[in-house]
Parts: sequence; C-alpha cells; structure tokens
Amino acid sequence: MAAKSSLKNMALCLTLVCFFCAAVLGGVYAMTKAPIEDAKQQALLNSIGMVVPEGGEISEMMTGEFGSLSFEYYKSVADSKTVAYAVKSTVIGFGGPLELMVGVLTDGTVYATKVLSHSETPGLGAKCTEEGFASQFRGLAPEKKISVTKDGGDIDAITASTITSRAYSLAVFNAVELVKSLQGEELDAWSGATPASENNENKEEQK
Amino acid sequence: MSKWSLLTDGFVKNNPVFALVLGMCPTLATTTSAMNGLEMGLATMFVLILSNVVISLLAPAVPDKVHIPVYIVVIATFVTVLQLLMQAYVPAVYETLGLFIPLIVVNCIVLGRAEAFAGKHNAGESALDGIGIGIGFTLSLTVIGLVREILGSGSAFGWKFIPGDGILAFVMAPGAFLALGYLMVLFNKFVKKQ
Repeated sequence: MAAKSSLKNMALCLTLVCFFCAAVLGGVYAMTKAPIEDAKQQALLNSIGMVVPEGGEISEMMTGEFGSLSFEYYKSVADSKTVAYAVKSTVIGFGGPLELMVGVLTDGTVYATKVLSHSETPGLGAKCTEEGFASQFRGLAPEKKISVTKDGGDIDAITASTITSRAYSLAVFNAVELVKSLQGEELDAWSGATPASENNENKEEQK
Repeated sequence: MSKWSLLTDGFVKNNPVFALVLGMCPTLATTTSAMNGLEMGLATMFVLILSNVVISLLAPAVPDKVHIPVYIVVIATFVTVLQLLMQAYVPAVYETLGLFIPLIVVNCIVLGRAEAFAGKHNAGESALDGIGIGIGFTLSLTVIGLVREILGSGSAFGWKFIPGDGILAFVMAPGAFLALGYLMVLFNKFVKKQ
C-alpha cells in the first residue's frame, strides 16, 4: 500500500509535505495577522477602559520611570484635561510575573485594578483576578505602602495566598507612586517618595 | 465494522482518557474547571479530525520509513493553524489554554490515531474515528474538570453553588491525579464492563 522507501521517494515525499504545510501556515498567518493585532489592541483598550472613569479619551502609550522601575502608561483625557492614568505595573508574584493595569486618578486615588496576566496557582493566588479581592483597592489613596492585614495593613489577603496578595498590593502602590511623581512634575507637591523595591519585599517574606 | 460503531467506539471502548490512557498531559493540566476541560477537548478534537482526514489521504503515497515525520508535520501544521485562529477570534479562550495548545502536537492521542487508524482506513472512516475519539476525549476532560471544579471551588461551569473555598488541593496538581484515578476506577467498574 505504501510507496517504496527509496531515498528518492522519501526525500520527495518529505519535501512536498513540508512545502504544502508551510504554504498553508503562511496563508493562515497572513489571514489572521490583522485580526490578532486587533484582538490584542482591543483587549488592551478594554482593560484600560475598565480601570479609568468612563468618558475619557485614551492617549497613546507613554513610558515613565520612577526610581529604578519603568512603566508603560496611558492617560485618560476629558475636556483636554488629564483625569486619570492607566499604568501597567509588573511585579513578581508567587508563580512568576504578575501584570496589572492600575487606574489612578490625578489626586493619587486608585480607581480600579485589573490583572492583565499572571501565573499564580489556580484556585489560590489566581483568585486575585476576582472582584472580591480587587475591589478592596478601589478608592484607596495610599500615603504609605499598601499592605495586607497580616502585615498591619488594610488589605484582606486571599486565603493561603499572602505572597500573591502582597505582590498585588505592591503593584498597585508602585502605580500610584508613579502617578504621583508624574503629577509632581506639574504640581511639585509629591516629592521625596521612593518606590518600594522588590528586593525589600522579598526580604520581608523571608523573615 | 459499522459506521455507527466507528463513531461510538471512541466514547467508551476506545475512550482516549479512561480506556486507552493516552494524552495524559493536557488531561491533568487543563482540567482545573469543567469549562477549561471542555475547551481543551474541543481544540484537540479539531486537530484530531483534520489530521485524521489528511493523513488517511496521504498515507498511500508516504514511504513507510518517513511516515512518522510526515504525520507529525501534518499534525503540527493543524495545531499552529488552530493556535493562530484562536488568537485571532477567541483571544479569551486562548488566554486560558495558551501553553497547552501547542502541546497538542505531542498529544499521544492524535499521533496514536493517525498511526493506528487513519493510516489504514479511508478519509470518511478516519473522520468518523476523529469525531468519536474527539467526543470521548472532550467528555472525559469535561467530567474530570467538573469533578475537580465541584470539589475544589464549589462551582460547576463557573456557576457557584457552595459559598467559600472548596478542597483547594483538587484545583492543583495532586487533585488532578486523585480525580483521574478515582474516575478511572468508576469507569472500569461500571461503564466499560457493560
């Protein structure tokens, strides 16, 4: 039934099969390139829209640095005035990078937060994506570092996921600090603040 | 062998998870909830049907010594097509399954069916086999996912009926082995014997 396994047959067969497969893949790639870009852009806009007040015009991506950390952020502009910032804030969680979109109003109040990507334990740390945990950060205007109740703060940590909860708090805090420093460039009022570095955080956890 | 049994063999007699015990990697890893299991099953079914059909058509022209590389290339192509399509049109599903979609390439069921069935049968029969095994796989994953979700999170298909946390271990890796093991016992005792 099968063709004879001569060198010529094998080479020819593999070449043809690979050629056709490559052609199919090339075609599908070309076809889906635009929709994939759109989907990514849409997902980004959606996540920004969720963390800033409605009605603002979302700006192009900007980058800002605060201390040793650099951030990507977006401004929400209404009536040619900046009303809020959406900051992409990344910290190290329990299972890997934890990437948040944090919406911060110009006065340094957290408007809302949303998890963009995480690799926390399913059923434990992964609960940080749920509203019950995330809603605790709404309306928070941190003067000092945000911490979980175990460390004397106000945030109820997710059961059995203190490290994730701490990382989340740190990410939100860093975003707020960035916005304060951005605002400070205009108002010159929020000076002297330093970002909470991840190294300090790790030391605390080891104690 | 009737056309009907070609299709239904995959449900129980040749059930890929509980009877053939193939494709354990996605089975254990993606079944943290019923919905994840269902989506993974459907994604695998897509690849299984298409690769079965194409391989059954190619088989007579492929020299024996290179049939495995050819099958793998065909399977990998369909998996990549699926990956691109999912990224483009169902990004949310792609986000949850992400890593495990490329791993369908090395899922033993797909190559196993290509080798054991599609290479020796015609396209129509191979398509039926793909659908049957695909449904069997999807059902198995959904059931495992459902059991783990009920015990681990107190919900079913995302609908929460027990407040609070469940037995957290069931959402994590050990729970996957436990759920699979006990379900396999039940399957062998009550379903397979009939």
